[in-house]
Amino acid sequence: MARKLPAKDAVIVGLGWTGSILAHELTEAGLEVVAIERGPWRDTPTDFPPTSAQDELRYRIRHELFLRPSQTTFSFRNKMSETALPIRTWGAFMPPNGVGGGGVHWNAETWRFLPSDFVLKTHLTERYGASFLPPDMTIQDWGVTYDEIEPYYDRFEYLCGTSGTAGNLRGQIHEGGNPFEGPRSRPYPTPAQAQPFSHTLFGKAARELGYKPFPQPSGNLSQAYLNPLGIRLGPCTYCGFCEWFGCGNYSKASPQTTILPVLVRKPNFLARDNCEVTRINLDSSGKRATGVTYVDAGGEEWEQPGELVILSAYTIFNVQLLLLSGIGKPYDPVAGEGVIGRNFTHQTISDVTGFFDAAKFIFNPFIASGSIGMCIDEFNGDNFDHGPHGFVGGGYMGQVQTNGRPIETTPVPPGTPRWGAAWKSAVRENYLSAVKPGTGVHGSFYAYRDVYLDLDPTYKDRFGRPLVRMTIDFHDNELKQNAFLTDRFADIIQAMGAKQVMKEYRKGPYDITKYQTTHLCGGAVMGTDPKTSAINRYLQSWDVPNLFVMGASGFPQNAGYNPTGTLAALAFWSAEAIRSTYLKNPGPLVNA
Amino acid sequence: MRLHRRDLLASTAVLFGGITAHASIVSGALPWQPSAGTPPEPARPGPWLFFTNEEAAAIEAIADRIIPPDPQTPGGKDAGCAVFIDRQLAGPYGRQEGLYTAAPFHKGKKEQGPQSDAGPAEQYRKALAALDRYCRANRNNRAFADLSDAEKDDILAGLESSRIALEGTNGKEFFEAILKDVQQGFFADPLYGGNRDMVAWKMIGYPGARYDYRDWVSRHNERFPLPPVSIMGRPGWMPGKA
Repeated sequence: MARKLPAKDAVIVGLGWTGSILAHELTEAGLEVVAIERGPWRDTPTDFPPTSAQDELRYRIRHELFLRPSQTTFSFRNKMSETALPIRTWGAFMPPNGVGGGGVHWNAETWRFLPSDFVLKTHLTERYGASFLPPDMTIQDWGVTYDEIEPYYDRFEYLCGTSGTAGNLRGQIHEGGNPFEGPRSRPYPTPAQAQPFSHTLFGKAARELGYKPFPQPSGNLSQAYLNPLGIRLGPCTYCGFCEWFGCGNYSKASPQTTILPVLVRKPNFLARDNCEVTRINLDSSGKRATGVTYVDAGGEEWEQPGELVILSAYTIFNVQLLLLSGIGKPYDPVAGEGVIGRNFTHQTISDVTGFFDAAKFIFNPFIASGSIGMCIDEFNGDNFDHGPHGFVGGGYMGQVQTNGRPIETTPVPPGTPRWGAAWKSAVRENYLSAVKPGTGVHGSFYAYRDVYLDLDPTYKDRFGRPLVRMTIDFHDNELKQNAFLTDRFADIIQAMGAKQVMKEYRKGPYDITKYQTTHLCGGAVMGTDPKTSAINRYLQSWDVPNLFVMGASGFPQNAGYNPTGTLAALAFWSAEAIRSTYLKNPGPLVNA
Repeated sequence: MRLHRRDLLASTAVLFGGITAHASIVSGALPWQPSAGTPPEPARPGPWLFFTNEEAAAIEAIADRIIPPDPQTPGGKDAGCAVFIDRQLAGPYGRQEGLYTAAPFHKGKKEQGPQSDAGPAEQYRKALAALDRYCRANRNNRAFADLSDAEKDDILAGLESSRIALEGTNGKEFFEAILKDVQQGFFADPLYGGNRDMVAWKMIGYPGARYDYRDWVSRHNERFPLPPVSIMGRPGWMPGKA
């Protein structure tokens, strides 16, 4: 029997980026807030100090900062006709764990989505006609527009101190920035990061081919920055240990470096770590959340009542808690009905590696940051005419190489044996003179009827709860998109002066062992119609109005960008609606 | 500052990667304590912790074929790759600690990832025994370590291509595991027992666990001049060591 704790005004499930943003905003509004986090408290001096943070084996290979599959995992299959098997060790994506969430170990690539991304279905149908879209594609509009959330993108970038070059200031296109981006109300808070050699070469080659390259927007800061909360970040030192690692230098934007030092001092805030929420509790009507039940690391069960519940865990865990708590109608892919688990998506990533003459090129690949590099956006979203190509979607591409860590980044030319003397000398000859962007082509992944989440019939977590089952495969549209983009990208790497270019197209079937990105999206998507969305445009549950669901689980489909900027902007947008409207008159913010 | 540590039912607290997690309440201030960090644990020098002497001889021989010695750089054996694997197999990695190990186990499609109830330690033990049996049966009763380089390469290539099967174990999977582990040991920080004297890092020009390249980010197409440094430092920092 769970022991009952004193009620709070708001209960936050998961203290990552969106949980921290909501905790800050709601405590500012005077609410008593508790945040419940499954993983441990993490901070720079204790968990990733600069004396030992640069440990590729510990963090990259052995996954020190991530969730352990023994705590919980997912099952996976490509097709509805197959039997799903559990993911026993992580591969295709890396679920975060602990205070700060993915904000601790991200690369800090801080993008905005295109204005057309938010009205995708309408936009594509108007431009190409409904019959241009594959019949089983289930993309939809978000219910919110770029212009509506622009002020909140701005809030997040100024919270983080994001480094970049504006391409569109209030409608004016500026040389050196991304000319395709939506209008931004202010320049980036700090200038773009300095660029290592290979990244500048990519920019030059892209310009010569007629593209408009620009520096990737970076949450690893080009200079020291004092944020609006009074927290100071240091300049990035280009150590090459960003993604999969915590920053030992206070120069990567994370909840730890931008919010938590202020948040924990507030008398109306409290965090509980190493406590896993197991369900959201509802009253007898089923239309009101009464709080949550959680289990602490000692195995003790607790009930935390609250007036308002904010679900801000990682994508799949949001969906899992909704399914296990009986909130919203579970998605049925056969009938095409229900919403929880619907429109699950990931990303379509590929890479091209360039091998250069070692006598002429020394790239020093170890000098890098997680969101450094030069990109082009000509092939993202609907920035180009898809008519002749027979697919929709796209992505940014660029020399965005984040590291020269030698377990991961010792590329050898195609045809080299995988071991022995020839392999060894190829590693020696190519380490300093190869260009390996990593996620060089960062493509969208649109939604389909048969790509979804539900509960596994066989496999259970350590509490005996069903694992979430992922059914996911690449569809022809994404594979065509990737082949086209990868070829365009390879042209630029070739133009940099490579003597040999190795293309690694993304191919089906979707493989759970191959890392792409951690950008799983959807499963509890936002929208304007309760029949096709779990939450309204303010991220409020249609079924349980005192429940708000943050994060990329709300994305109706995934665009060709990293998701953090958008999910953080949506968190600020939702927080504003809660503060300005909901708290004065708790109830549905949109009438269904 | 209010910092409460609750050690409720400490005996049943969850264990992850050797660290026991306790629920705590954080409120009023960041929960900082002196010396609260979790630095890495260096591999202990000394005898084999997991391998028998015979197993170790085979692993060292394999390591030296995957990464053969050459005049500039030692091979896998002298670089300590077998020591690295031994310490890893004796630790959480060998026991597949933290991984999902609930039944049932079914062999699925390769896209569904590894589905074995045996961890790396158990797989190495079985496969090394099977490799020894194979060599003794097919190579005049000799152990792998006693074969010529050409014979060793022939067997490794045979395992890689599935041309050679090992009894009671998957030879191809064993080859893939040892290829990955030898190369990881070669390039990981020396604190884990491989990459002795940072030989792998010197070989490729990787400066190691350095933390500040601000002076170098805009110096293009120049060779970085400083020697590598490990998380444990480097010899020049330590009195009495060259």
